[in-house]
Amino acid sequence: MRLTIKSEELRDDLIKRVEDLSRQGLLECYQCGKCSAGCPVVNEMDIIPSEVIRLLQIGQLDEALNSKTIWVCASCLQCASRCPKGVEFSNICDALRQMVLRKRLSIPRVDADEVSAIMVSDAPQMGVVGALRKLNG
Amino acid sequence: MEERIGVFVCHCGSNIAGVVDVKRVAEELGKYPGVAYSTDYTYMCSDPGQTMVKEAIKEHNLSGVIVAACSPTLHEATFRRAGRAAGVNPYQVEIANIREQCSWVHQSDKEAATEKAIKIIKTMVEKARLDEALDPIAVPMTHKALVVGGGIAGIQAALDIANAGYETILVEKGPSIGGHMAQLSETFPTLDCSQCIMTPKMVEVAQHPRVKMMTYSEIEDVSGYVGNFKVKIRKKAAYLDRDICNGCGLCMEKCPAKTPSEFDEGLADRKAIYTPFPQAVPNKPVLDREHCLYFTNDGKCGVCKKICPVQCVDYEQEDEIIEDEVGAIVVATGYDLYPIENLGEYGGGKYPDVITSLQFERMLSASGPTEGEVKRPSDGKVPETVVFLTCCGSRDPEAHMPYCSKVCCMYLTKHAMLYKHKVHDGQAYVFYIDVRTAGKGYEEFYTRAAEEDDVLYLRGKVSKIFQEDGKVVVWGADTLSGKKVEIEADMAVLGLATVPNAAARELANMLKIHTDEWGFLAEAHPKLRPVESLAPGFYLAGAAQGPKDIPEAVAQASGAASKVAHLFAEEEYHREPIIAWIDEDTCAGCRVCVSVCPYDAAEFDDEKGIAVIKEAICEGCGACIAACPSASAQQRNLTDEQVYRMVSAALEG
Repeated sequence: MRLTIKSEELRDDLIKRVEDLSRQGLLECYQCGKCSAGCPVVNEMDIIPSEVIRLLQIGQLDEALNSKTIWVCASCLQCASRCPKGVEFSNICDALRQMVLRKRLSIPRVDADEVSAIMVSDAPQMGVVGALRKLNG
Repeated sequence: MEERIGVFVCHCGSNIAGVVDVKRVAEELGKYPGVAYSTDYTYMCSDPGQTMVKEAIKEHNLSGVIVAACSPTLHEATFRRAGRAAGVNPYQVEIANIREQCSWVHQSDKEAATEKAIKIIKTMVEKARLDEALDPIAVPMTHKALVVGGGIAGIQAALDIANAGYETILVEKGPSIGGHMAQLSETFPTLDCSQCIMTPKMVEVAQHPRVKMMTYSEIEDVSGYVGNFKVKIRKKAAYLDRDICNGCGLCMEKCPAKTPSEFDEGLADRKAIYTPFPQAVPNKPVLDREHCLYFTNDGKCGVCKKICPVQCVDYEQEDEIIEDEVGAIVVATGYDLYPIENLGEYGGGKYPDVITSLQFERMLSASGPTEGEVKRPSDGKVPETVVFLTCCGSRDPEAHMPYCSKVCCMYLTKHAMLYKHKVHDGQAYVFYIDVRTAGKGYEEFYTRAAEEDDVLYLRGKVSKIFQEDGKVVVWGADTLSGKKVEIEADMAVLGLATVPNAAARELANMLKIHTDEWGFLAEAHPKLRPVESLAPGFYLAGAAQGPKDIPEAVAQASGAASKVAHLFAEEEYHREPIIAWIDEDTCAGCRVCVSVCPYDAAEFDDEKGIAVIKEAICEGCGACIAACPSASAQQRNLTDEQVYRMVSAALEG
């Protein structure tokens, strides 16, 4: 389906809310993909971190909010430490999660039984615990 | 006298010595007749290597030198200088190429490579045996330059040559100098006003005591050769005496005939008698006969002539041919935009709100048709959404041009930024394949547009643009999100490819200087001689040589000017003496040489009844030598006798 980009929706209040909550400038990202390339849990994500930022840049907030990615992110900050422009994707994820939780939107939840063995063994323990805590309260 | 030739075999590190047994080569050559001294060394081109050659010349009283090393295009000059310093005529110093033509191509067979190296050097010894001592040919030179094209590159070249102390003629085909730079609004990445930085240079060149500026003039013919060109310049009829005209502008005010302004890229009209823009240099109008009512309507108008307070209008004026002599020619003929009509899928030339980048420049310019306000052409409405498209005709080897036009990423970024500065609530989009920002401060400029002016860069090429409900609808892709996108825009600006100026292609043909397949002027060497043409005496400046931005065009123009000053620094021009000569005793006067010479250097001497070679013109191509039925035409230091001996040495054993 062709996506119609509407100028008035590009930088609307909700997108600006993401920037306020995360304290990150979404337009600073120039889509190099280094965050995605180095993310330890990227294999569990449905869309890669840089793509989440891209969706926000082109005004597609809902798609970003509905992605599993924001819940898979373990806030390990590897993306932030690698980003050449100083954009902290983990903060953006935090902001998106907050928006979902505050609005009590219907969200896809991570089921403890479905967490893969690799994720449990390879992802930072804090991250796995954090993800389950946030989602299974 | 028995010749005493020295042979110096270079190892070139392991480049030669890794394949060729250099010790054996030096030893073998030492036994060859006429060789008085033979040795080998790691790097012959190094200071100690050259010193070794110079000392051996003195110590062994050498009459000729062979350096067996790399290609003569690299170090022939080095060793000829060394030879001269030690008292051997430079033309008796020869290079035997045992690297490119031996060690590099025979790495798998060292024994055969060594044998071949010995033969190559022997052939050069045979040549050197009969080499004459020669001197470069001194040719008188006109210390005056011609610069073709009055854009920023031509202006800069003319100023630099004139400031170096030489007379310069600056020829511009339009009514004013300034070129495309005069059309621009502001310049990236500093956003200084283009005309503000340009007009002082225009005034300076116009008033320079050593510059003869000829606007509304074109090159009619060029003959001769470096140092001695004869040029004919057509001064087109302006139908008024621009020397008398005081530039009052009354004629332009009253002229009833209008036609779209070239300077304003068709966004506004100009009169038939006009100056292209208010800061034109010279600020004197010309009359465009094609649109003038006097000429098109049987002399029924004549308003300009009636109103002119200094009586300078002259409908009878004719083109004038000015002849002059120059020693060097700088070609700075500039660029055109690729025709917008060729971008049919974007509605180029069909939809009024799909415009060219130069049209948008005029729209942004305070002196432009909208006085700097962004208004779309169809209805004059301020556009709320503008889409900018890079690579319109560039990087498209299938349908258009394969090369990158280099400046579009930056000027479209500037456009998007300036648009936002003028229409604060507006939204600018840029579709791109890659954003190329290679230049000082360019990347920072681009990030400023994206971060501070919210310009949305979409990575993908637009497939089509169509009109719907007063909008231009743009279909593209954002490959970063993997989405097809649609934008209902009010206006679209096409970053059209940069192509060589159409008239410049004809000029290059007339000047017989090389161009690439797209018509850009070809440089003598892509890295080491970027401001010279292969044709001696011709220099290149600006976008005529390839797409470039203002600082690059200015730098190249200054480079070309310094090459001209370098040429003019000598009183006479010195040419290579490896040219043809005619044996007066055997020449039968058949004139075959005269008919084959591509440079008109072979001439028939009626008095002597034989052919003669004009030394100042002969390029040493050898056509006459091959054609001469009596072998009377010979090449200096490459005579038939020498060639015969060289072939014999190569075939021996």
